[in-house]
Amino acid sequence: MQKQKLLGSRSLILVALLLAALALFPSMASRYYIYLVALMMVTGLLATSLNLVLGYGGMYQFNHAVFYGVGAYAAALLTVRGGVNPWWGYLLGPVVAAALSLLMGLICVRLSKLYFGMLQISLGSLVWAVVFRWYSFTGGDDGMHGVPVPRLIGSIDGAYYFVLIVTVVCLAVMYLIVNSPFGRVFQSIRDNPERAEAIGVNVRQHQLVGLVIAGFFGGVAGTLFVTVEGSVFPDMLFWTLSLEIIIMCLLGGWFTFLGPMLGGGMVVALRAVVGIYTDYWTMVLGIILMLLIFFLPEGVLGFFTARLGRGRAVREGD
Amino acid sequence: MDSASHITLAALGQQLLVGLSRTTILFIVSSGLSLILGVLRIPNVSHGSLYMIGAFVTYSVATFIGGQTGFWVALAVAPVAVGFLALAVERGIFCHLYEREHLMLLLFTFSLMLVLGDVVKLIWGSDYRSLAAPPMMQGSFSLGGMPFPRYNLFLLIMGPLVAVGLWALTNKTKIGKIARAAAVDREMVAAMGINVSWVFAFVFCLGCLMAGLGGALVAPTQNITQGMDHAIIMEAFLIVIIGGLGNMWGALLGAAIFGITDSIGILVWPQFAIVFPYVAVTIVLVFRPKGLLKSTW
Repeated sequence: MQKQKLLGSRSLILVALLLAALALFPSMASRYYIYLVALMMVTGLLATSLNLVLGYGGMYQFNHAVFYGVGAYAAALLTVRGGVNPWWGYLLGPVVAAALSLLMGLICVRLSKLYFGMLQISLGSLVWAVVFRWYSFTGGDDGMHGVPVPRLIGSIDGAYYFVLIVTVVCLAVMYLIVNSPFGRVFQSIRDNPERAEAIGVNVRQHQLVGLVIAGFFGGVAGTLFVTVEGSVFPDMLFWTLSLEIIIMCLLGGWFTFLGPMLGGGMVVALRAVVGIYTDYWTMVLGIILMLLIFFLPEGVLGFFTARLGRGRAVREGD
Repeated sequence: MDSASHITLAALGQQLLVGLSRTTILFIVSSGLSLILGVLRIPNVSHGSLYMIGAFVTYSVATFIGGQTGFWVALAVAPVAVGFLALAVERGIFCHLYEREHLMLLLFTFSLMLVLGDVVKLIWGSDYRSLAAPPMMQGSFSLGGMPFPRYNLFLLIMGPLVAVGLWALTNKTKIGKIARAAAVDREMVAAMGINVSWVFAFVFCLGCLMAGLGGALVAPTQNITQGMDHAIIMEAFLIVIIGGLGNMWGALLGAAIFGITDSIGILVWPQFAIVFPYVAVTIVLVFRPKGLLKSTW
């Protein structure tokens, strides 16, 4: 019953078909495409985790890449330097990212909008600078390569299915969070923080919880990146990636749940395609972003759902 | 023992002066950013790209003309060229977006940064360039037994000159006063019959010109490379924030904090010198989240 309320039967069928296609994909595609689709899912998950606070919370999280990077580094460092079983890395990476998110949130959450974002970005730069320079521990600007991955998911197919399963589970959990009472209150804060405060909502506390959840799932995406690539590097924490993740949310549509997933996948796929023809990928991305801001500010999925919604409303009106 | 502590003191003094000449560059770049933030309320992420373009144009003009005059001509040409580029972007694209929310404006300037970065790669290639200081600025002189580059002294003189010039422009001229009024209440300024859109264009242009000037001045002190834009823009943003958004003296104070902690960091713990300014910024922001001096927001 609850499921029916959350998801319409038509979108349920669509999701099931998409999942079936993704599950069968490795048996049909070459190694490179399996890798690419896995990376699309990882990046999509990352963008979706940002959208929890950006789209649903209305918070300018300008340093989200930090949690992605820290999740990945924590998992890699635990395995390589700590010598623990890699599975522990997968478990603890997101926890470390969430803890960092809590710490940063405690410092920043009293600020609003642009000030919040700028303080986040300066704290994020601090973390990046430490990772970038601490050669003896993090490998500095070279990063770390050949991070051991559990044998079960060591092959490209294994990694792909691991990424697929974790992504689907995370998306489901995030979907439930967004539609939970907490998620509803969170969205009400986005729409009107003063009113939410007035009806007795603890705004700061909700925002802090939202940040921790987003940081956690950002960390999950980071550990998945380690699975796919087997390496980590400081660019994963750099602020330009943080802004790129915002572009992904914008591209897919940040007022829809699956928009950022689509946006993340699109950016990864576009980069792969454009990269074949030209070295000037960032220029292409910049132009895409400009066009988006001018013509499609609600994103691709947002655009289509708005049109569908309008169509449905017209039909119901008849 | 005694002489050792003397050397350290001299080294400290020397590092301080190096930090202060770095402050000059940081101040010039971030004062432009602060101006745009204060009046237009736009976090201009492409500011670093304009700084990089300023440096590359300086390199090209200076090597094309060559000799003593080359650098001085370049120092005049580069900021103006960057200013015109900014004017074209502002009038062509940017002025249609002022009604959008901050995040969209920020993302737009980010897209501009992405495009300009590749434009520089297209024109100048991915190799780094280096430019010698003009002959009269080359070499160094002795300062308490420690060598101090002449060019850095030039920077130390330029910093206050630019600060005073900018102060005079915003406080003593009519257009400056209008710009400051527009920062506080743009509707009221518009109601006085002033074309606010052109005031914005002027301020944007001036702010970007400062970025170009910073790039021109930094050209002889470091390698001119791709990626200069990423490094400077984050520093400039943090400086503007800790100083107080839109406050020019705040930009000066922030730049001093950034430049000096960086140079002291190099002396104390070279490997983590890069971390020192970020720690300083974080400490400032934890205690004064809206910056040290009064913001115009």
